[in-house]
Amino acid sequence: MEPSTQKLIHTFGALADLGQEIAGTGDFNEMVRTSMHMLLGTLALRRGAVVECTPGGPLKCAALWGLSDHMFDGFEIDDIEKQSFLQGETSELLVKNTAVPNSFMGRHRDKLAAEGIELVLPMIVRGEVTGLVLLGGKASGEEFSSDDFETIRAMVRHIGVGIHTHRLLEQLAQRAEENRRLYDELRAIYRDTVRAFAAAIDIKDKYTQGHSERVGKYSEIIAREMGWCEEEVEGIQIAGYLHDIGKLIVDRDIINAPYNIDAKNSSELNRHPAAGYEILAPINHPYADIPLMAKYHHERLDGRGYPDGLTDEQIPLGAKIVSLADSFDAMTTDRPYRRRRSFEDVVRDLRENSGKQFDGKVVTAFARALMKEVKGEAKERRITKMLGKGYLEGEQIPTLLNDLISDLEDVSRKGAKAQSNS
Amino acid sequence: MDTPSGKLVRSHCVGTTAVVYASDYLNKLTGEKIEHECRRQLNCGCRALVIDFSDTKLVNSIGVSILLGIIDIAEKCGARIAFSEVNNETVQLFEMLGLTRHVVLAKDEREALINLSHYETTTPVVH
Repeated sequence: MEPSTQKLIHTFGALADLGQEIAGTGDFNEMVRTSMHMLLGTLALRRGAVVECTPGGPLKCAALWGLSDHMFDGFEIDDIEKQSFLQGETSELLVKNTAVPNSFMGRHRDKLAAEGIELVLPMIVRGEVTGLVLLGGKASGEEFSSDDFETIRAMVRHIGVGIHTHRLLEQLAQRAEENRRLYDELRAIYRDTVRAFAAAIDIKDKYTQGHSERVGKYSEIIAREMGWCEEEVEGIQIAGYLHDIGKLIVDRDIINAPYNIDAKNSSELNRHPAAGYEILAPINHPYADIPLMAKYHHERLDGRGYPDGLTDEQIPLGAKIVSLADSFDAMTTDRPYRRRRSFEDVVRDLRENSGKQFDGKVVTAFARALMKEVKGEAKERRITKMLGKGYLEGEQIPTLLNDLISDLEDVSRKGAKAQSNS
Repeated sequence: MDTPSGKLVRSHCVGTTAVVYASDYLNKLTGEKIEHECRRQLNCGCRALVIDFSDTKLVNSIGVSILLGIIDIAEKCGARIAFSEVNNETVQLFEMLGLTRHVVLAKDEREALINLSHYETTTPVVH
């Protein structure tokens, strides 16, 4: 094989390897180091370095071979010196050639020559000097030929673009991380604001303080038990906090009436789900369907609910969850006109109203979550804590819950069978 | 010594000369292992290195750079290097790139060892 052909094959091979290295997604420092080795190995150079420009001027060594480890300590390149590279007639500068005016070379020529650097090339990407490549010590002892310059220029362009691309990707990743952090902060602010709202709603009703907060938490627990994703769980918790926001427009005396209210006042009170929707709909919530969950949290599966008298399939699942959480809290807390009901009584109500007022699947999920706490299988006993000491204690509790779960599962199985038969 | 492919970088010593065997393709992965082994042998007191290329079909640009690095290290230690059983194409490459100015090329390991021992007794290493 002719030596020139051999050289061409070696150079092409190196360019192909360099392209692959630069396009890779591996470690940045390793990429620069390997790229520099490829450049040195293509022309059998014994010394080389790739240095990056940094804001403020200092040059940062990205890869170094055959040179003193700290040779670039204190090396700087200022804007005027960068300009002198951009304005130069050739992209490469021979250290020994003092005739070519270049302020950077003027300042560092002696040190570069002392280290055996013979050639300095700027890495120019999009009209900007992003770094320098410094080379020297051809193993052949020959001068650099015009072919060598062509090869070096091509490879330095590749390396420059590679470094620039990696830096851009790093910046993008940094910005994405920053955006994620900001987004998380915004969500935290949103959640805190919503909780403050929930507290404001509950303050209006002196008998149900903490109700919205508890409904939010019960809704979250049910949704998690039903296998909802984290985003959806957060959303329904917010819906729980805000489900009664419409009560802000209801007269305080009606809310705080210490007895069962009459039909007129009841109708006034029943406006709150639709009013809540009106308040929440114009807001751009980070979670889906919050206004609808507030609007339909008093709908019933049998169509006897309000405001729209929707039936089973028409009611969003989120609203069914909030509805159960709301009713459960109402049954398990004292009201002006009654004491809270016993757990046995509550379970009876849930069983009787499953399929009428409540969705059986939602009740089953809540019963399962309760069971986990009773059995000590839950990480935290959050429901128990909200219900207060003693409420969920008693030998009959697991049996009550077990019976409720199996009854509801039985109904669900029968329903599914009937549906498949029809 | 393990290579990434699980093979060993074979080496042995003859007096103060270490013989290190290069693998079939001298690239970044295998080259760095060979460089490491050469450094280790020099640190252990070897004063000459034979790198045997009998299994080597191809040397790429990184391979060349790493070999130059080994030459540098050896020179700094005052050690000599010989390359043995290099195939014709690789000899052409090494000649064209000027590596042969810094190493002795030998037809086989035995000839390399003789050349290096002759050099040791007749030519003092100058730093």
